[in-house]
Amino acid sequence: MIGLGEHAEFIIAAYVGVFSGLVVLIGWTIYAARRSQQRLKELGDTRSDAADQ
Amino acid sequence: MPSPKPRPSMSIETAPKMSWWNRLAHPGQFVQWTRPLVLPLALATAVLFVAGLWFAFFNSPADYQMGDTVRIMYVHVPTAWLSQFVYATMAVSALGTLIWRHPMADVSMKAAAPLGAVFTAMALFTGSLWGRPTWGTFWEWDGRMTSTLVLLFIYLGIVALWRAFDDQLRAARVVAVFTLVGAINIPIIKFSVDWWSTLHQPASVFRPDGPTMPGSILTPLFVMFFAFTLLFITLQLIAMHTEVRRRRITTLERRAAREGAK
Repeated sequence: MIGLGEHAEFIIAAYVGVFSGLVVLIGWTIYAARRSQQRLKELGDTRSDAADQ
Repeated sequence: MPSPKPRPSMSIETAPKMSWWNRLAHPGQFVQWTRPLVLPLALATAVLFVAGLWFAFFNSPADYQMGDTVRIMYVHVPTAWLSQFVYATMAVSALGTLIWRHPMADVSMKAAAPLGAVFTAMALFTGSLWGRPTWGTFWEWDGRMTSTLVLLFIYLGIVALWRAFDDQLRAARVVAVFTLVGAINIPIIKFSVDWWSTLHQPASVFRPDGPTMPGSILTPLFVMFFAFTLLFITLQLIAMHTEVRRRRITTLERRAAREGAK
């Protein structure tokens, strides 16, 4: 690992902030997809294009 | 008078083949057509992020003026680029909604708005963290930063508009008009550094006379740029599939409610 110089805290904060945000965004997108699949199954939808992913 | 020749009845064999445009317009066809793309796109995104982070921290030099803070650029520039690219995607989708009444254009607009809002917030966050050691301030009310903040508010307004309507077809038309009006902000963001006095540097990658950066800095920048762009495309596809399912859920719930009322 390289040294990040005198402003290391700004660089680390930027990367931690962005990648934490990305984890939340990806998690939320997958959660919404799963929830909609589950709801379709509960409603008895049999169309594979709608229920699967 | 001879009797007219009987027309063959329409069947799955005789029906005309769907064009790619029709396949794209049909939500079920769109999902079937794009579903196999999600996993390869996700894998390519992961590989690009690993490579980009390796370049950013282990195989790129400090800048002769900004020092190591130049490494913030590798997350700031791609998120700033996406904040505008996502909006351009929404504007094209808005045209698709208003001109062609393309059903997937509505879905694309709705799926992209929260993603654009997050990328814009990230661009503002990383920009302020880069500004403090470079300019001595987290925030300056100059053209670029103010117009990007306005873009974030436009995204949030669009997300709120979608939620304000029960009828999603009506919502799509209102949001499409709002999106096209808000698109005026994109050239303002782009050219703000040329039009007004600003702390921001002018364009340094896409210039008529070529990039002003060395290859050792451009390489991690481009790798991260493609990583973030592929991530957006992957999330956009998943979010569009989810929106198609949500509309199917609404249809089924309304049908169940009607049958329950009988």
